[in-house]
Amino acid sequence: MSGGEPAGAAGQGTGTPGAVTADVRVRRGVLALDATLRVEPGTVVAVLGPNGAGKSTLLDVLAGLLVPDDGTVRTGERVLTDVRAGGRATVVRPERRSVGLLGQDPLVFPHLTARENVAFAVRARGGTNARAARTEADDWLARVDLGGLADRRPAALSGGQRQRVALARALAARPAALLLDEPFAQLDVRTAAALRDVVRQQVRATGTAAVLVTHDALDALTLADEVLVLVDGTVVERGRPVDVLSDPAHPFTAALGGTNLLLGTVADDARGPVLVTADGLRVPCPPALAAGTPARLTFAPSAVEVRSGGEQAPGSSGGPAGTARWFARVVDLEPGTTGVRVRTTGDVLVDVRPADLAALDLRLGAPLALAVPHTQQRLRPRR
Amino acid sequence: MTTGTPATGPSAPPAAPAGDVRASRPADPPVSVTPLLLRLPAALALGLLVLPVVALVVRADWGSLPADVTSPEALSALGLSLVTSTASTVACLVLGVPLAVVLARSRGWTADVLRALVTLPLVLPPTVGGIALLFLLGRRGLLGQTLDAWFGVTIPFTTLAVVIAQTFVAMPFLVLGVEGALRTVGTRYETVAATLGAGRWTVLRRVTLPLVAPGLVSGTVLCFARALGEFGATALFAGSTAGVTRTMPLAIYAAFNGAGVSQGTAVALSLLLVAAAVAVLLAARAWRPGRAA
Repeated sequence: MSGGEPAGAAGQGTGTPGAVTADVRVRRGVLALDATLRVEPGTVVAVLGPNGAGKSTLLDVLAGLLVPDDGTVRTGERVLTDVRAGGRATVVRPERRSVGLLGQDPLVFPHLTARENVAFAVRARGGTNARAARTEADDWLARVDLGGLADRRPAALSGGQRQRVALARALAARPAALLLDEPFAQLDVRTAAALRDVVRQQVRATGTAAVLVTHDALDALTLADEVLVLVDGTVVERGRPVDVLSDPAHPFTAALGGTNLLLGTVADDARGPVLVTADGLRVPCPPALAAGTPARLTFAPSAVEVRSGGEQAPGSSGGPAGTARWFARVVDLEPGTTGVRVRTTGDVLVDVRPADLAALDLRLGAPLALAVPHTQQRLRPRR
Repeated sequence: MTTGTPATGPSAPPAAPAGDVRASRPADPPVSVTPLLLRLPAALALGLLVLPVVALVVRADWGSLPADVTSPEALSALGLSLVTSTASTVACLVLGVPLAVVLARSRGWTADVLRALVTLPLVLPPTVGGIALLFLLGRRGLLGQTLDAWFGVTIPFTTLAVVIAQTFVAMPFLVLGVEGALRTVGTRYETVAATLGAGRWTVLRRVTLPLVAPGLVSGTVLCFARALGEFGATALFAGSTAGVTRTMPLAIYAAFNGAGVSQGTAVALSLLLVAAAVAVLLAARAWRPGRAA
């Protein structure tokens, strides 16, 4: 009556590490999620995406809290969810899936001490008596650097410490897969950095396949082996975090990585090739692609030289070869990493250093002359 | 003792930042913004609640009190009250907690209808409840005639009838108290427990019920107190047979009407009931879940 697997299935059942594979479709109101995912043991796949993109829905499907309209979820050879049109649906209940969950809120049981919280997971796994479970709980707490605090109740722990208890508890259940739903979002910067280290170490050490949902590029860069960008329920990009964030193909990824991304078609202008975007912005680009090619142009906001004024209307181009010059207007301002980040026509971001601020007119709508050397621009065909 | 985060034992983790404890709550503002005039009706309300009990104490015949309280009639009524109230409280727990869980986890119109049904005994005059119980379980009642004809079981005017009447009126206090606590706690802890591999019964026993323990305790106390004070439904459904169905409230009523004993006995019995109720409340305050040891 302990809720364990039948004896015959125990060998290859719960706790066996294996790659997590998912291929699911869910329709929920305006959201139409259609995603595939593969996570190797001991690695982290980060799922990035704006609010409402379907990230949480994907996690719910993996955890068995939501039945997809169609699709499969496996850990190794073990089928956790199998729903096919016309066929009989298989959905293993959450407590039998061996899929752990660590969310924004640690949800450490408030009526139990740190040790009892972790021991709860050890006991739930089955096959351990209370005493052995407490000993093992102490080991897990030591692994997340909470060795001296085992007797404390959650109310006497800090937010970061509670999240460590929650991590130890999740790992103590020896899950085949661990779902991390923005676990660092409510922590201060230093606490989050320390916990990221612990998560990375423990995921590697335990061979757990981890899925990390986040909207923080830092999480993806420091923790993930692969990122997957989900927008409107569809995977728009996937790859190594550095590759995806430094060379984005989707505006969301570009915004996350702080890079300018312009999508358009190459056209020949009087003074050389330009990229013409959907909203009519014409930006001179390096002569790398033939006219008519759908292309994406990326450049860093810090690579843009900016001056106030300009006789020509925004959006027109010109200037000597080797440098892209165009005119734009101030759309809005936000704090940048060094100085001010100015959003200009066509969502092009421009970093202005504090020293240059005095010389510029940055009222909303003010005209600007922008310049980027071609060497700082990357022009690629659209994927 | 709670402020010494960095100095807790030799193995205090160096990586745990000591500065991010967010446990402190904002204290009450030093200047109150509550209208002072509120104190007048508040004092009147308190007087209305407390003064009757004071009058009872002041007017009691303290000379004959020991004899009145220890009379066989008084002790019999007290014993019967404690036994039946305990039995009905256990019945409320065994049946009411599952009902509260079902109620708390139901959605939409089902939840509204269920909650209205549970609240019904609360808003119904207890005498109406007594008549309703007679029509259900009486000798010619809906179920009662079957019980009588098939099994020869007659419920009305027995001690069991007292327990059923008390359970009927006290159940809503427990169910609504526990249901409220369950809704406040939500299902997130249960979901986490399930993802850790805990089965449904383990989650209920080790997570859900401990989390609602405060609501469970206060619900049980209210439930017991309501059962202890129950009069109307018991009078109609169980009658007032000394030693069988005459609980404290019925004994007080009988004594007040001069049936066998004096009004002094009624006052003495009332004081005994007040003492019992206060004892229950104090016991509940002393025991706080999660604060043991």
